[in-house]
Amino acid sequence: MNTNSNTYTVIYTTILVVIVAAILAFAASALKDKQQANMDLAKMKTIMLAANMGQTPDGNVDKGADFMKLYNDHITNTFAIDAEGNVLEGVDAFKDIDLKTQYTNLKKGLDVKLPVYECTMDDGRKVNILAMYGAGLWGAIWGYVAVEDDNETVAGAIFDHASETPGLGAKIAEPAFYTQFRGKKLSDAGQFSSVKVVKGGANGSENGVDAISGATMTSKAVSTSLEQWLGAYKAFLTSRPAAKECCGKSEECCGECCAEGECGSGEECCCSGEGCEAECEVEPVNTEKDE
Amino acid sequence: MNKDIYTKPFFKNNPITVLVLGICSSLAVTVQLKGALVMALSVTIVTACSSLLLSLLRNTIPTRVRIIVQLVVVAMFVILIDQLLQAFAYDTSKMLSVYIGLIITNCIIMGRIEAFALGNKPWPSFVDGACNGLGYGMILIIVAFFRELLGSGTLFGFQVIPASWYIENGGWYMNNGLMILPPMALILLGCVVWIQRSIQKDLQEK
Repeated sequence: MNTNSNTYTVIYTTILVVIVAAILAFAASALKDKQQANMDLAKMKTIMLAANMGQTPDGNVDKGADFMKLYNDHITNTFAIDAEGNVLEGVDAFKDIDLKTQYTNLKKGLDVKLPVYECTMDDGRKVNILAMYGAGLWGAIWGYVAVEDDNETVAGAIFDHASETPGLGAKIAEPAFYTQFRGKKLSDAGQFSSVKVVKGGANGSENGVDAISGATMTSKAVSTSLEQWLGAYKAFLTSRPAAKECCGKSEECCGECCAEGECGSGEECCCSGEGCEAECEVEPVNTEKDE
Repeated sequence: MNKDIYTKPFFKNNPITVLVLGICSSLAVTVQLKGALVMALSVTIVTACSSLLLSLLRNTIPTRVRIIVQLVVVAMFVILIDQLLQAFAYDTSKMLSVYIGLIITNCIIMGRIEAFALGNKPWPSFVDGACNGLGYGMILIIVAFFRELLGSGTLFGFQVIPASWYIENGGWYMNNGLMILPPMALILLGCVVWIQRSIQKDLQEK
């Protein structure tokens, strides 16, 4: 047979391409579920790390941690909000929100969908985990910030990147950088403010962390992206009633505390019962009383 | 089968150090041994399988479109490997990112197909492809060994340099940051070529 005729060439290549396409289509659809599960797990891992879970005390990833279990046990609620802080119905924060798209919308000033993961910590306190995404020096950077239920204190943060310089910008994904965020305040002189990454050192400032030396651009990108995203979350954070401490308990019903001066000395305002009525109680002397 | 097929690719005719093919990926994926090992295996599988398949097809391929046919077959294996890694070794696949997809541009593969597989029987072609992939992988592992050891103080992710040696723990040692960057891979690769050329005198130009 003449393998160099036009007809043969056309038929040969057509058949070859169809066979290859069929094999690849089969492989892609057969492996899709497994790949999606991997991607979901990676996302769960990042979210839990933001809340300092699945970490060794020095902030490194605990290699033995089961992140799917941690996620399922601790994330008690997920929802999406818009820039006004309203909860969006019918949006699955975990599956439906692509941070890259939201980042483009955010920059253009269009409507955004912002994911919020409500995480109940082992000691019962609740933190809200918020997302962040932006452009680093070479590629995308992203991360999550966990905010305590006082809506002001950062519980933890985690960052990752697509292609920052190894040894320089890539250090944003290392504990030495992200553990600095723990305990920082989202306020500056009483005003809402993002956590800033400060070149030359934050000197223990309440809302600043040290930039990475030699990685000014990446540090700046983290700072800018945080400002953009926390700015979008601002309405959500500032409109929520901050949980107050009552008798050592942190409960939402404590939003209605007793009027000032109502309680006598040695008494503390507490809410109790089904209706969460505020009452004055004798201040607990020891922890046993705190039931 | 000629013994040269499975000995030459490792030393006398090593694809990286002698033929200087596949340099780009050997600079990019040698920061850690794990990545280098997965890359080496992936390239070996792709070269071996595509050499085998194209050698089987060699008498039916129309000469005018043979490069395209080779490309389609190689691309198929590369995408399969990429999909499998994403499904079963997600972390490694993320670490190697685009470089798995870029195996297709690795000159070793097309080079062996053109130079060997299209003119030889399937079994020798398979062995030739596999040995060239392993010869490539060998250099990758040598470079990655030094880069990971000196750049991060670890081997396959395990700490081998005692933590107490480090300056931050009161010692005297510090990881060499340059080792993590690609230029150092090129310098290390140069050292490997240097060693090989001083052993193998016939490679030296007069």
